[in-house]
Amino acid sequence: MSEVLLQVQNLVKYFPIKRGIIFKREVGRVHAVDDVTFDIYRGETLGLVGESGCGKSTTGRTILQLYRPSSGRIVFDGDNLVDLQGEALRLKRRRMQMIFQDPYASLNPRMTVGEIISEPLIVHGIAKGQKAEAEVMRLLGLVGLNPAFINRFPHEFSGGQRQRIGIARALALNPSLVVCDEPISALDVSIQAQVVNLLGDLQTQLGLTYLFIAHDLSMVRYICTRVAVMYLGVIVELGNREDLYETPLHPYTQALISAVPIPDPVKEEQRQRILLSGDVPSPINPPTGCRFRTRCPLAADVCAEQRPEFREMKLGHWVACHKV
Amino acid sequence: MMSMIRLIPMPPGKITAGTAMFKGRDLLTLSDDEIRDVRGAEIAMIYQEPMTAFNPVLTVGRQLIEPLEIHLGMNRRQAQQRAEELLGMVGIPNARERLNDYPHQFSGGMRQRAMIAMALVCGPQLLIADEPTTALDVTIQAQIVDLVKRLREELGMAIIWITHDLGLIAGLAHRISVMYAGYVIEQAPIKELYAYPFHPYTISLLNSLPYLDSNRQRRLESIDGLPPILLDKPTGCAFAPRCKYVRERCWKEIPPLIPIDINHHVACWIDPRSGKEHL
Repeated sequence: MSEVLLQVQNLVKYFPIKRGIIFKREVGRVHAVDDVTFDIYRGETLGLVGESGCGKSTTGRTILQLYRPSSGRIVFDGDNLVDLQGEALRLKRRRMQMIFQDPYASLNPRMTVGEIISEPLIVHGIAKGQKAEAEVMRLLGLVGLNPAFINRFPHEFSGGQRQRIGIARALALNPSLVVCDEPISALDVSIQAQVVNLLGDLQTQLGLTYLFIAHDLSMVRYICTRVAVMYLGVIVELGNREDLYETPLHPYTQALISAVPIPDPVKEEQRQRILLSGDVPSPINPPTGCRFRTRCPLAADVCAEQRPEFREMKLGHWVACHKV
Repeated sequence: MMSMIRLIPMPPGKITAGTAMFKGRDLLTLSDDEIRDVRGAEIAMIYQEPMTAFNPVLTVGRQLIEPLEIHLGMNRRQAQQRAEELLGMVGIPNARERLNDYPHQFSGGMRQRAMIAMALVCGPQLLIADEPTTALDVTIQAQIVDLVKRLREELGMAIIWITHDLGLIAGLAHRISVMYAGYVIEQAPIKELYAYPFHPYTISLLNSLPYLDSNRQRRLESIDGLPPILLDKPTGCAFAPRCKYVRERCWKEIPPLIPIDINHHVACWIDPRSGKEHL
């Protein structure tokens, strides 16, 4: 396969839980991301899927150093981001940007669209004044908005249009990696397709690499080249789209895929669902050994004792399970 | 649906026309006392946000017992017993102890189960479910859908399931009505609608969805324009501004819901297969 753009190695992120007013002491930890390893290749879209609270957004944010990892390495363009600080990190950040989930909360309501999109250009000293304005106009055109909207405020736009503004802002610095954190889940069904098509067009046009974080497995299959499935802070399976959807190996992936409804009543009638019992355990006290064992239909003694190794079962198809 | 069981405050809301017949009685003309006897007893509702639908400062048990006492006139002991059975029926383990828990001590899926238990308290004949799984993860959603189907079978109640998820409803409903801007624009048995969608909006909606079981790299169809603003009553078809088959007539006259087949009703002037007017 092509060149590796980003390597994530043994990434760990804990959030401390503190008690006390003045002398705060740590009383526990949220194990948000616990030893996650994967690569992203240049030009691909890697999907990161899982249920709420499984650590997929934390992984995305930690990659961009919006959270500093507790341990692990994140190698981007040859440098370990974890070691970088200040100006050196800022220079790297130009190359990696983020699109956020909530198009209402992620745009400053007091700034015009022009100010929002030109801010990264000014902050990074790339363009200002008329040059910046011309660039904003170009970006607005690129994401399918009328460049005449430059002086409007975010509240004058619909959800889908706002998400386009967020995309324009992310593209202002001409990044190579864009982390898309559930970019369509806040949008109406009829608008989701517009934004997805736009992201696809931009990828072809600009050669972008996406880390696409989502919980909608149908959409992920549509968009992504490879897919990683997370459960309670760990990646349980990673593979090419076809392998992962046609022959899922991990019992969690199998249950997850079988739970997603298909908009076709005839197929729905014939499908066999794998119903998982219970809920996702708390990430403060995750189960020992395999994280999934408390809900797993195949669980055995070894699953409680040993953490399953993340193994490559066939070329490019990785799974962490004792029973596969 | 909220208007139908008179949950929309009036004023500012107003029901200006129509009837809603339930077992031979028009719900819209009942007195406040009469509708209160129907609501919660014969027609029950479950909501989208299980957290906000419960009172956070009362235990789940207290909230389950209340309708048993009010609607069925049970005493505290009987009500307690029944509440326990109901929680067990919706698959909550240790029902007796869980009755003393507050809603925040339940997980999202369990809260939704508890809300279903609350809706079933008086053995309703009609259950209105307003996007009850939208806030849940898919594996939990599958559990809830499975539960609802089982209860529908066991208790023989009718269900109106409100949703925007065309995948979910495909495996659950017998018949489907598609609404747009306050109008029912298409209505058909479930298989008929997915196999032969007729209204341009229904067709676009189905084509805008990705399918879990296919790699087909067709471009997703996007519906241009924006969802409607309901301030002004449209003078023609509400979908006209976004419709690719739009004709003169669509702007001027509101299309009525008319049958195009047995059980299949559509409100559209145009036959999208030929692009011509079919009325």
